[in-house]
Amino acid sequence: MGRAKLGRVSRYLLVTLGAAVMLFPFAWAVITSLTPGDAVLAVPPDFTPDGAGLDAYRKLMETLPFWRILLNSVWIGVASTVLQLLTSAMAAYAFARLPFPGRGALFSVYLATLMMPLPVLVVPLFIEMRTLGLVDTYFALLAPTIASAFGVFLLRQAINQVPKEFDEAAVLDGAGHFRIFLYIVLPLIRPALATFAIFGFMASWNSYLWPLIIIKSPEFMTLPLGLATLHGQFTTEWDVVMAGSVISVVPILILYVFAQKHVIASVAQTGLK
Amino acid sequence: MTSPQTTTAPKTAVRAAPAKPVSPRRGGKWRYAGTVAVFLLPSAIPLMLYTIIPMLGSLWTSLHEWDLITDMHWVGLGNYAELLSDPQTLTAFGNTLYFIAGYLPLVYAGGLGLALLLNRAMRGRSLLRGIYFLPVITSWVVVALMWKWLLNPASGLVNWALGLVGISGPGWWTDPDWAMPSVILASAWKDLGFVMVILLAGLQAIPKEYQEAALVDGASAWQRFRRITLPLLSPSTFFVVVISLINGFQVFDQVRIMAGGNAQVVVTQIYDLTFRYGRAGMASALSWLLFAFVLIVTAVQIRAQRRWVTYG
Repeated sequence: MGRAKLGRVSRYLLVTLGAAVMLFPFAWAVITSLTPGDAVLAVPPDFTPDGAGLDAYRKLMETLPFWRILLNSVWIGVASTVLQLLTSAMAAYAFARLPFPGRGALFSVYLATLMMPLPVLVVPLFIEMRTLGLVDTYFALLAPTIASAFGVFLLRQAINQVPKEFDEAAVLDGAGHFRIFLYIVLPLIRPALATFAIFGFMASWNSYLWPLIIIKSPEFMTLPLGLATLHGQFTTEWDVVMAGSVISVVPILILYVFAQKHVIASVAQTGLK
Repeated sequence: MTSPQTTTAPKTAVRAAPAKPVSPRRGGKWRYAGTVAVFLLPSAIPLMLYTIIPMLGSLWTSLHEWDLITDMHWVGLGNYAELLSDPQTLTAFGNTLYFIAGYLPLVYAGGLGLALLLNRAMRGRSLLRGIYFLPVITSWVVVALMWKWLLNPASGLVNWALGLVGISGPGWWTDPDWAMPSVILASAWKDLGFVMVILLAGLQAIPKEYQEAALVDGASAWQRFRRITLPLLSPSTFFVVVISLINGFQVFDQVRIMAGGNAQVVVTQIYDLTFRYGRAGMASALSWLLFAFVLIVTAVQIRAQRRWVTYG
């Protein structure tokens, strides 16, 4: 009947309106980044500015080594993800498969570190890095992300789901723990590894507080810190700031387009973003 | 202590015993010590260095007066006492609660609305879901800057649009009264898709039979929502509330970038105490107060969930 149709039409209208609200800020950032500097502050705003171009992007590259900052974000993100996957999977295997005295107690210690909020850690971590002479280095940026108690927890759950018979069969074939880990357990927990990889990469890519504290020179900055620094320098030059924002969204957007379903599932599953 | 015989070792170890590579010469509990060390040390050492030592260091620092340059002075619980009587602490906690009180209802209502709309077969649903989720994967710095620009008092798009309908927009983040609402608005916009995804998963877990039975009994849409959907969705709601509170108490990025000095929350206060006022001891004490606060709030919620969370 008419009423049912009306309901459907209004539902579509609502969800489309919602999608527009979600997309608009991104679109506006792109438009602003292409607007010539002197037209950015125009009121009323000009949606199709004359002389649109890449000036803001050129200025951005002159101000900060933005390609290098982008590259930093990429390689730090990849390195931190790979390291976390490796250290967490290994620890998870030990907790799930190797009997040793104090296993439960040690696992509780791992879980306890999970509860520590980052703000509690950043100040003493800064002091520690300063004492070691590591302020303003890649190492300091990466170090706190080498191990993840959360990853250990998540992957241990996954390994516990792998039937023990699989390892036992391998043991009978003469395989040691390293081979069982590499060739049996790791391939079987691939979905959990992917979930954790997405989480780890996003956490590194978006991290702001720790880089803000530990990094001073532009050549070691990652995107969020570079952008925030840019904003501090050009409080009114929004075309340049938006150009930087656009550049930092594009790589993650490309990844997202390809792995959308998996990204959403992993965020929903881990409850973290 | 001497190692007992293999008979006391866990079952799997006994069963694994006959195989050559996994049975080292030494028997007993410690037989896997070497392997365990190899598997655990790559995570145990960094956790020790970059989580546990800083954690203990933070406790130690919180008992001292320290400007990060000159020698530390022992003050015992002085920092805690000073914090508890300092009106700035109250302001920082108050603002943090203000943030949560504004953010949580907004993001929950919006996320629930979207989840209900998308909880049926419709064309383009996964595309829509992907679009709503886009801000979740965007970094906070980008989101804060985009919204700071949209909410620019003089040339921002929002105030221009408000002007079209005859409303003179506020000063947003430039105005101490409007700085927090600006942050809340941007935060709710960013996390809407996250809450939607969690609630959508919860909605899809509700068996259809309940709704159908209620429909047969002549229940109205509102009654079905109020009496079936909401109670059965409560575990997901509980999850959203717990996670939002834990994250909300630690809010930093968006407040620092959008509000600058116009809104101080606990973590921005910790940052300023350390790096602006040279009071690392006080900052550490404040971080422990925050931690204690989060622990208590989370524990209270877990206890209180029995009253309103329905499982199954």
